[in-house]
Amino acid sequence: MSAAIETVASAARLDAPPAISLDRVNKWFGAMHVLRDVSLDVALGERVVVCGPSGSGKSTLIRCINRLETHQEGHILVDGTELTDDVRALDAIRREVGMVFQSFNLFPHLTILENCTLAPIWVRRMPKREAEELAMEYLNKVKIPEQAKKYPGQLSGGQQQRVAIARALCMKPKIMLFDEPTSALDPEMIKEVLDTMVALADTGMTMICVTHEMGFARQVADRVVFMDRGEIVESGTPENMFNHPQTERLQLFLSQILRGH
Amino acid sequence: MASDTTLTPVSIPVPPEPRRAPISVVGPIAWVRANLFSGWLSTAITLALGYLIIRWAIGFIDWAFINAIWSVPNNQTQACRDARGVGACWAVVTEKHRFILFGTYPYEEHWRPALACVIFVGLYIVSAMRRFWRKELALIWIAALTAIGVLMWGGILGMPFVAQERWGGLPITLILSTFGLAFAFPLAILVALGRRSKMPAIKAICVLYVELIRGVPLISLLFMASVMFPLFLPEGMNIDKLLRAQIAIILFAGAYLAEVVRAGLQALPKGQYEAADALGLSYWHKTGFIILPQALRMVIPPLVNTFIGFFKDTSLVLIIGIFDLLTAGKTAIVEPAWQGFGVEVYITIGLIYFCFCFAMSKYSQSLEAELNQHRRR
Repeated sequence: MSAAIETVASAARLDAPPAISLDRVNKWFGAMHVLRDVSLDVALGERVVVCGPSGSGKSTLIRCINRLETHQEGHILVDGTELTDDVRALDAIRREVGMVFQSFNLFPHLTILENCTLAPIWVRRMPKREAEELAMEYLNKVKIPEQAKKYPGQLSGGQQQRVAIARALCMKPKIMLFDEPTSALDPEMIKEVLDTMVALADTGMTMICVTHEMGFARQVADRVVFMDRGEIVESGTPENMFNHPQTERLQLFLSQILRGH
Repeated sequence: MASDTTLTPVSIPVPPEPRRAPISVVGPIAWVRANLFSGWLSTAITLALGYLIIRWAIGFIDWAFINAIWSVPNNQTQACRDARGVGACWAVVTEKHRFILFGTYPYEEHWRPALACVIFVGLYIVSAMRRFWRKELALIWIAALTAIGVLMWGGILGMPFVAQERWGGLPITLILSTFGLAFAFPLAILVALGRRSKMPAIKAICVLYVELIRGVPLISLLFMASVMFPLFLPEGMNIDKLLRAQIAIILFAGAYLAEVVRAGLQALPKGQYEAADALGLSYWHKTGFIILPQALRMVIPPLVNTFIGFFKDTSLVLIIGIFDLLTAGKTAIVEPAWQGFGVEVYITIGLIYFCFCFAMSKYSQSLEAELNQHRRR
């Protein structure tokens, strides 16, 4: 299968200031230390895949980037703005950062189209018609324009996740965060979502994906970050990481997920 | 899995037409058999209960209809007294229905509270229809409530002024419950949101409000509103007694409804809050478009439960001397000629309450089905 993979050309712009910059970020849940001195710079247009065993803090890491979780020490800069308690700055950042969740989190009482137009209309102050045209454009891109009038509950898991991607894209974000987007899906639906994500990577979007899909990582990632017990253990190109893991922990992790597949 | 050879294609037999279920499986006869006569014990219970129900129903029909006295001339209740225990004396209702419905409101002006009640019912019907759920509905409410105020007080358009002390009966019950719930519901939503607020002061105030109000009986709150509250007011200033009772009811209902709404807010998956946050929606947009529409749908049954409870609880104002429907009914049978015919009056009042409560209950069921359509596949 790996022979058929066509990697997506990198669009990372290393000359520009980083899109996301984490500097020695620490976080505790109660007494549990879930992020330990995490430092990470993501360049504009770079695609980073974060992997690691469950409980390693990878979801917490990306949830800190749009402040769904608050960090207690260190600094996080997104698009040049530091994340603090300043609500206004936070709103500005959230407008530019799209997020896709493991459990889709579509709004079940709104139609697919309304799911996609809500934020552009009320956050971006876009006229309704324009927002609907934009939503249809993105629903076309994720290949489900015909479902626009349905409710999320009427769609399959894969379709719902593609809607969730379209919903995030309708805000025209500069950065997209994916929190295990395929983990809640049946095997036959994983591919349709990954295809959508590959197509998105092709457009040069800055992406951080928490995922266990190593095929996807090989295909699109500029960099793979391996986390374990709250710290970044190793990072590098997918080629180096998967073929020549340096640390024992990564070797153990790779052997476990390869056995699983 | 058997051996591979079985996988070679064979002609698949066409499945036979589905047969109709035998009469012993579906239909009313099967239902009766399964639920009422499934064994000797259930047969015995069915027969015993059936006998009791029929006996009681025959007795009731005899009393309420066949032997009943529907009217008597000029308060001559002797006929009713003779029929006691045998037949109902609906004459008391025929004779006193206007007093029960409108209390001590001037007799010639009864058309005014009657029209007010009709406007109330019309308002409920319009508000219940989803196609009227627009901003204009607020205008309809303001217009209707103004019209009701004008009708009840009068003093203009050639209608003589009627002081609030003389109002009574059904309009009072409708006024107290309509205004009570119309104000308590928004208050409850704000308090429920406040109780989940991250701001400590707002949260503390909301918790304090709910716990204080919930901790005392409605009766003591009504007493406070009617007896204690005026003591704190400056000399000469006097707030209408009905208004004071109304405020007490709003505060009380608000605390209970707030807890119902909070249950809905808590039942909503965290992911919905997170998705709204991640899209950059502001707090009020998130609350108005994502959280409340879903949370309120989930709590329709307990909400309506509380609504129905408060509709009936308005009858407690009788202890501070406000003439609501139940008080009017009680007063109607104080007159010596009509003493002892309480059952008939209470059945009638019970029926009026039942009509309103049953309508609310039925409406909530249809609303629930309609609003939760998206949950079905």
